[in-house]
Amino acid sequence: MTTTTQTKVTTQVYRVYIKATPQAIWDAITKPEWTERYGYGGRGEYDLRPGGKYRGLTSQAMRSTGAPDVGVDGEVIEAIPPRKLVQTFRMVMDEAMASEGFTRVTYEIGENKDGVTKLTVVHDLDGAAKLAVLMAGGMEAEGAGGGWSWILSGLKTLLETGSSLDGQQR
Amino acid sequence: MTDDDRIFKALADPTRRFLLDQLFKRDGRTLTELESELEMTRFGVMKHLRVLEEAGLVVARRSGREKLHFLNPVPIRLIHDRWINKYTEQQVSALAELKKKLEETA
Repeated sequence: MTTTTQTKVTTQVYRVYIKATPQAIWDAITKPEWTERYGYGGRGEYDLRPGGKYRGLTSQAMRSTGAPDVGVDGEVIEAIPPRKLVQTFRMVMDEAMASEGFTRVTYEIGENKDGVTKLTVVHDLDGAAKLAVLMAGGMEAEGAGGGWSWILSGLKTLLETGSSLDGQQR
Repeated sequence: MTDDDRIFKALADPTRRFLLDQLFKRDGRTLTELESELEMTRFGVMKHLRVLEEAGLVVARRSGREKLHFLNPVPIRLIHDRWINKYTEQQVSALAELKKKLEETA
């Protein structure tokens, strides 16, 4: 009899291929004028050096329903433009998620091959079961957005067409 | 073959859908773990995993000595956003709701 040891994995992995340069993808992740045009639509502020602060601000639409100014906070661990960004990530908008503490997000941007660049997002969600549900899209029906799949689908659409997923030129 | 062709081809097989469902239940599994859920040779499972990886539906990553397989839902999301969202979401969700109600009362 063989025994299989069950690995307890709390990591989520997402990958998308985008018709854009690595630099364009890097900018879309790290520059507020880009981050406000897809996903949750808030401005992302990065101090792109180890130990530098990260703040994911809420969008106007979120604030109009009573959200605080900062949705996500964290710290940059490693920034190698336009290839790799490692940061901590804590959802502070929701008290229960905030109490789960910091998680770790890694963006890996591949080489441009025939005009297409591979983007991989690895979210290590150890000890953050509630945030894991949100990031996997499990709270979309409650109007909390579709998590990483939805964010990356929006990012791809924006970079490839210049429009947001809802067709608005934001 | 386009990206969409690869995705639909990968999904057009019950074993591969079963593998995706297994990863949906618990993500980040080794080949050995996935193999233990199926009446199939290791090579057979590897072949199916390769088709899923080529379609982008599964991403394999090393973790120490192990190779872990992760469900990547982004390609399915892209199909959803490009096709279903665009044309039929309201009708689809109304029908899905109706189906749910009918099945609940049945």
